[in-house]
Amino acid sequence: MKFKGKGWVYGDNVDTDVIIPARYLNTSDEKELAKHCMEDIDENFIKKIKKGDIIVAKDNFGSGSSREHAPIAIKASGISCVIAKSFARIFYRNSFNMGLPIFESAEAADGIKDGDEIEVDADSGEIRNLTAGEVYIATPIPDFMQALIESGGLFGYAKKILNK
Amino acid sequence: MGMTISQKIIADKSGKASVKPGEIVLADIDLAFANDITAPISIDFVKKLDADVFDKSKIALIPDHFTPNKDINSANQCKIMRDFVKSSDLPNYWETGEVGIEHALLPEQGYIKPGMLIVGADSHTCTHGALGAFSTGMGSTDVGFAFATGKSWLRVPEAIKFVYKGKRNKWVGGKDLILYTIGKIGVAGALYKSMEFSGDTIRELPMEDRLTMCNMAVEAGAKNGIIEPDDVTSVYLEERGVTKKDYTVYKSDEDAVYSNVEDIDAANIEPQIAMPHLPENVCGISDIKDDIKIDQAFIGSCTNGRISDLREAAKVLKNNKAAKYVRLIIIPATVDIYKQALKEGLFDIFLEAGAVISTPTCGPCLGGYMGILADDEVAISTSNRNFVGRMGSKKSFIYLSSPAVAAASAVAGKIISPDEVIK
Repeated sequence: MKFKGKGWVYGDNVDTDVIIPARYLNTSDEKELAKHCMEDIDENFIKKIKKGDIIVAKDNFGSGSSREHAPIAIKASGISCVIAKSFARIFYRNSFNMGLPIFESAEAADGIKDGDEIEVDADSGEIRNLTAGEVYIATPIPDFMQALIESGGLFGYAKKILNK
Repeated sequence: MGMTISQKIIADKSGKASVKPGEIVLADIDLAFANDITAPISIDFVKKLDADVFDKSKIALIPDHFTPNKDINSANQCKIMRDFVKSSDLPNYWETGEVGIEHALLPEQGYIKPGMLIVGADSHTCTHGALGAFSTGMGSTDVGFAFATGKSWLRVPEAIKFVYKGKRNKWVGGKDLILYTIGKIGVAGALYKSMEFSGDTIRELPMEDRLTMCNMAVEAGAKNGIIEPDDVTSVYLEERGVTKKDYTVYKSDEDAVYSNVEDIDAANIEPQIAMPHLPENVCGISDIKDDIKIDQAFIGSCTNGRISDLREAAKVLKNNKAAKYVRLIIIPATVDIYKQALKEGLFDIFLEAGAVISTPTCGPCLGGYMGILADDEVAISTSNRNFVGRMGSKKSFIYLSSPAVAAASAVAGKIISPDEVIK
């Protein structure tokens, strides 16, 4: 699977409170959540992004609250994937569970500038910066996570355990 | 190779003689819980599977975040939860009037025991490690998976051991120790790891302060915070009708391997403040040289809404009044704490001080309701996060502290040491 779009660059410790503020957590509706995605860190976010665009961040992306509404909001906003130096633990799990592709790459996080055209090959983990003419490699996804995705995510895994 | 207490619990619960850091296991769950924000998605997962919950006694649903309901949407979220509790006949549910903040309520009511493996759809689930359990926060879907299967996949964590030595100074409690620690290692300093708190200072630390410390482990990125059980633990449990035969005590092996050992001299720690906008922006109260005027002081939350916290605040507020234009909001974390505070006369002190006292709720901690900040306003709060917009306007500023410092600051109208109020 390939993703292509503009990269929008943020810093360290982008927390789930700025990804989706708690004032919008009185619903789990993805369209409603998407309207307010990244609102408290970048109020023009929803206006400027196009379908397929990519969030690029530094360390500890998705820190703080366990709200699954954060990856739901990002995915529903039209963002195709997130690239960061590192992800907070709960956000990492939640992204897999919500089907939001995420890639760990320090060199991509440092190399990509705001608005660069980026192409990601999810299978090979290759991240191409078409604007800068650079190629970065993402840390491979752990085998267990890969198997989890192939068995239909947590839902498929639960069915297997329950013999359903 | 020896194992840490967290690794030993995970090994036992996944039927293995030993586990290694980085290994992924499927572990049996002793308790899985969710709140009114996170539960609807977990419930949806169980329903879509057409499954029943794996064991009614090992599930808890706690409507604490936006209750009593603040608006129609949050009322509907709670209704999804309540309807599921009714249709599945789940015993561990608390209605408004009984409910408290999950991480205060569960230990208080004797649901948390040493050696348990606990997952909760709330990041502060790490609180319960204070009783020697392995307890970690996850998203709703992971917890829905646990509701249906009784299991959860876990990556076995490395651990950092923190060894605290020395006698605590006046006004220094669990909140100050953990803020100091987060200041030292940073908000990603324990990413994916266990934070194991040990040393003489911890052995002398009351259970409620231990809960506060483990509560904020996630603020350093940790998977869990944990403290080996001791006499303080067993006494706390006995008061809740839990005896030693009801649980298994795990301790780290002598030769357990840690990714890092941090020695901390507690005798050198003064009351701590985390400045906007990260819990790692920590300084001592004496480092605050300029006047930092406040508009609101909040005493409560899963971090510092317990009875000892309210007693500490009352000590400072007695015969004092909140400064003009300062809103002082006090929220006991559970109904039992509320009753106890009332019985001890703490409410009289709070009301005389000009405080407003709310029913138990997470409320303002996460900018839900009951004390939202306006543009450019400044708050001191005993909660756990001072992120941009956490308590309201993204143009507001949050300082984190202990209840004593928050109470003193309310009186002075600016951030100040309790010693300056009680002379």
